[in-house]
Amino acid sequence: MQKPNIKVTILQFPGTNCEYDTQHAFEELGATTEIIWHKSESLPKDTNLLVIAGGFSYGDYLRSGAIAKFAPVMKAVTHYASEGGKVLGICNGFQVLTEAGLLPGALKRNESLHFISKHHHLRVVNNDNVFLEKLANDSVIHIPIAHHDGNYFIDQKGLKELKNNNQILLKYTDKNGEIQNPNGSVESIAGVCNKEKNIFGLMPHPERAMETLLGSNDGVKMLQGFMEA
Amino acid sequence: MKAIVNISLKAGVLDSQGKAVHHALNSLNFDGVEDVRVAKQIILKLDTADKAQAMLDVTKMCEELLANTVIEDYEIELV
Repeated sequence: MQKPNIKVTILQFPGTNCEYDTQHAFEELGATTEIIWHKSESLPKDTNLLVIAGGFSYGDYLRSGAIAKFAPVMKAVTHYASEGGKVLGICNGFQVLTEAGLLPGALKRNESLHFISKHHHLRVVNNDNVFLEKLANDSVIHIPIAHHDGNYFIDQKGLKELKNNNQILLKYTDKNGEIQNPNGSVESIAGVCNKEKNIFGLMPHPERAMETLLGSNDGVKMLQGFMEA
Repeated sequence: MKAIVNISLKAGVLDSQGKAVHHALNSLNFDGVEDVRVAKQIILKLDTADKAQAMLDVTKMCEELLANTVIEDYEIELV
């Protein structure tokens, strides 16, 4: 396969623990990667995609992502995103993006109050964006979730906007694509994007679904969307 | 001066922890409890005696960091 010549920059906060999985996943797809520390005040100039990886950040004190939004690197992220740069937040990265106001809504404690770690089915709701363009609308994928605060909340007005602008990316479902809500999220939402469709956030982990041997390779088609400049 | 900040989930946002505590109280036969809301309290020690300024500062702190106003309300008490 021809190397796509894509540079993926991955943020690392104290407590991030999915940066190396994310790096491995994107390198498997042919990207060049660089992990940068949260104290960095700029992003590598050749960045094509910025990923805020999963795990924890600053102990998730106060609220998940609440302290991380003030990390020195986040100013550079906000600037990069405002110029149309592509940003993907996975799990804790999604929480950081909502706390920073780069994505709408908020993530609450799971309704069951339990940490949930398992493979879950998801239905593709809107594929008119680079992240999910390799997947058909209404197709069902199966990838891992692992979170305590994954209960997506948005008020009715915000929900209406999400729907009007095709910002809902994925919903938690069963294997037939029927709603099955593991954590209490409004309308079973698992991931959203911003109105401009360059900032993406989701609780499930596509970078942990790259090998059929490990349960699923449905993450490949998701991340591949970013492999074209 | 101290600022006592109480932060709770907005009315209409389901409080799962409150619900779990309510359920536990019921199973301990405390039947008179109608509803439970779990909140958090942050106590700040301030170096000012100016109440109006303190209120302005702490409100800003709540808006920027202490509360997530998408899901939470806050109340500030100065003592």
